[in-house]
Amino acid sequence: MTLTNFIRFTFKSFIMFKIQLFLLLAFSMIVVILGCDKIMPNAPEDFEVLDGPIEGLTQEELNRFGKGDEAFGEVFTSENGLGPIFVANQCASCHAGDGKGTPFVQFTRFGQSDSTGNQFLNFGGPQLQHKALPGYSPEVLPGGAPSTMLIAPAVSGLGYLDAVEDAFLIALSDPNDANGDGISGRPHYNNVPSYVIFRPNSIESNGKYICRFGKKGAAYDLLHQTSGAYNQDMGITSLFEPIDPYTGLEVDPEVSIETINNVVFYLKTLKAPIQRDVNDPDVIAGKNLFNQIDCAKCHTPTLQTGYSPISVLSYQEFSPYTDLLLHDMGPELDDGYTEGFALTSEWKTPALWGLGLSKDSQGGVYYLMHDGRALSIEQAIELHGGEASNSRSLYNQLSPTEKLQLLRFLESL
Amino acid sequence: MFSYSTLKISISIFFLSLSSVNYAQKDTLITRAPADTSFYKLNMDAVYNRPFLNIKKVPVAFGGYLEANSIYSTTDGVTEGLSFQARRLTLFMSASITKRISFLSEFEYEDGTKEIGIEFAAMDISFHPLLNLRGGIVMNPIGGFNQNHDGPKWEFIERPDEAVEMLPATWSNVGFGLFGKAYKGNWIFGYEAYLTNGFDDSVIDNDHNKTFMPASKENKSRFEESNNGIPLLSGKIALKNRKIGEIGLSYMGGVYNTFREEGLIVDDKRRLDVLAVDFNTTLPKIGTYIVGEASYTMIDVPGTYTQQYGNKQWGMFIDIVQPILRRKILDWNDASLNLAARLDYLDWNVGVFNESNTNIGEDRLSITPAISFRPSKQTVLRLNYRYSWDTDILMNPKVRTATWLFGFSTYF
Ligand code: HEC
Ligand code: HEC
Repeated sequence: MTLTNFIRFTFKSFIMFKIQLFLLLAFSMIVVILGCDKIMPNAPEDFEVLDGPIEGLTQEELNRFGKGDEAFGEVFTSENGLGPIFVANQCASCHAGDGKGTPFVQFTRFGQSDSTGNQFLNFGGPQLQHKALPGYSPEVLPGGAPSTMLIAPAVSGLGYLDAVEDAFLIALSDPNDANGDGISGRPHYNNVPSYVIFRPNSIESNGKYICRFGKKGAAYDLLHQTSGAYNQDMGITSLFEPIDPYTGLEVDPEVSIETINNVVFYLKTLKAPIQRDVNDPDVIAGKNLFNQIDCAKCHTPTLQTGYSPISVLSYQEFSPYTDLLLHDMGPELDDGYTEGFALTSEWKTPALWGLGLSKDSQGGVYYLMHDGRALSIEQAIELHGGEASNSRSLYNQLSPTEKLQLLRFLESL
Repeated sequence: MFSYSTLKISISIFFLSLSSVNYAQKDTLITRAPADTSFYKLNMDAVYNRPFLNIKKVPVAFGGYLEANSIYSTTDGVTEGLSFQARRLTLFMSASITKRISFLSEFEYEDGTKEIGIEFAAMDISFHPLLNLRGGIVMNPIGGFNQNHDGPKWEFIERPDEAVEMLPATWSNVGFGLFGKAYKGNWIFGYEAYLTNGFDDSVIDNDHNKTFMPASKENKSRFEESNNGIPLLSGKIALKNRKIGEIGLSYMGGVYNTFREEGLIVDDKRRLDVLAVDFNTTLPKIGTYIVGEASYTMIDVPGTYTQQYGNKQWGMFIDIVQPILRRKILDWNDASLNLAARLDYLDWNVGVFNESNTNIGEDRLSITPAISFRPSKQTVLRLNYRYSWDTDILMNPKVRTATWLFGFSTYF
């Protein structure tokens, strides 16, 4: 190789190398540009999501929380007991991200129209399992059965609601509307299954106890609600609820007591939704309006817990915007179906915390009220009748700005 | 910043780690037959078209490959930290039994020693280039990746989503069939058609919570008997032009569920049908290699079952590989450095909810930029960064995952 050739060769390789170097750099830049901080996606802020434990749990409690979380996401198949008739195959498919559900996994309850109990227990009541494993036939709604459709509520912060003492709820109630404001909330005294564990200082009346979970407030505690959900929503039997909804026979437990307890612990220790934009002037104005037009008379802003063995839940003040009481909501929300001793027109006030995050578990849209029939917060308010008629008229008298402020407040929850 | 200096260090590490690998070419007892990269090869030839070690006078050739990597992944801010994975060790063995009869088998140890499987074990009898009989455990020719999946051939550590999370790569079954090839000028044509055992109920009854064909891979008894007595038909035609590239059209379909038990009909017969198209080409001059695949699946899911399990799916991937350096590096005469990028898209549940008429989600989009260094064609060191967006069934806010992967894959 002559010297000139050598120089030319070296120069050429050098140029080639430069090009390659440039390509490499360009490439690594693309990787970096993908987002210096986005290169590894950040966790959403605590206030943006409903899931996650209450702050301050011990390591041992976090451990149980984790186990419950896993069980809440467990997918049931024919292998581990699903069905054969069911509504959905996973707690989390109805309570996605611990938030509200959608019409895709709504279910129908049927068979009871007054306090004489469910007349359709021999026809598959109280819940319609409208899905079935391949090769099986799902239930169909028996003709003439009173029924209602229900959409899943969010499950965050339930530990706080569970730890409120009965006496506190009684103090909020006004069954005979003694103060004459047209609002007469009452606790739902219902029969309870033998496996529930009574909370401290629980108040009994003629063998019935104050119940607070479910849309009709018919379930006593989270154990009652959870055992029922395994059984009626997924066709999973347990020692607590051993009857298979398909055969109507008692069968071997398909979920262990330990798992159910872990799920209950998980539900109890899910953090309360965190309000956003608390200092926004519109939000503050909206909150005042909320109180002024009587929304707060049912959606009680602040409650207090009593003693709880989970120390972070003991004697806490929290803001769920519910009184956990039953209210007559008028004919429009009366589906003709009921549970326990509630009237068909009565519903438990739902908590409004987390309302602004509902869309994140409902596919970007709102499905509000017990069956998701309201597609916006305004529609939900317009559906308030009965004891809430007065409050609704007050809402309708608000100026457009005020309505917007109220909306901003509700969305901040 | 992630930049040249980091890269330079990583590349030097590649070199160092490899310098201890000793290719025993000198040993005359064993000779190395490299893979045939000639134009006459199609995806369907991939099982035989691998580097083999021949032992003198022994009519059997051996080969295999090993893949290992490190992985660091974060999903919405949550990470499990760094781990090392021995993804797979594959051993293959081929033998010419007599003229026109050959045998090939492939064993795979996947994820350490968690799963050991026979991926392929078949005998071929050749009557004519256009007419060969194959029987045994055969690879169902659906798409291109299923046939041509050896790690060292790819610049990416993860297999394409479409091929492993929708189609069940590496999907093989017991059965029989025919294959053949024909050439003319710049054109080559190939076909394959097999009848094999196939899928089972787990396609729509599995804890992946979605219609998931790969769930049937877990059922090892498919090598013993069909679960419903109706064979799965799979077939492919492929066409390649020397100047343009290769395109394949494939189909796989049959009844997947166990509809009779002890002679009693316990369920309706329900079908599953898959169509796939795959292609690959190398652009002239700049040498860009492009390979991709798309497939569409229709599954008969009973209307009374949950819509969680979709009745239509589709997915695709495309890889673009750009060699940027090919020359002698250290002692490697044919070393190359490549930049590559992959796009994956998968929709496990195509359609709308009956209840709300809104779109059903359950999809995933990923992009993976990659750098690979090949000391030789047989060995690849890869650095991949993968970013994916998962949408749940209800179309709630997407879950984002970013993953760094670094590892090697090599024939031996
Ligand atoms: C098919 C959908 C579905 C599934 C599956 C489901 N839920 Fe629910 N969940 C609902 C609906 C609808 C309600 C309202 C029910 C009622 O009024 O009794 C509800 C209510 C609840 C409540 C009461 C909340 C409150 O504020 O009163 C809890 C707690 C709960 N579910 C937990 C669970 C657990 C735990 C599981 C799994 C074991 C589960 N759910 C499975 C739909 C579902
Ligand atoms: C008489 C008691 C009462 C009053 C007063 C009342 N609500 Fe309600 N609210 C309820 C009950 C009960 C429901 C549940 C009805 C159902 O599920 O069908 C409800 C439901 C809602 C919902 C839908 C929540 C969900 O999760 O689906 C919103 C939003 C709401 N109320 C806001 C308001 C606002 C704003 C006001 C004041 C204008 C108000 N409510 C006044 C009792 C009341």
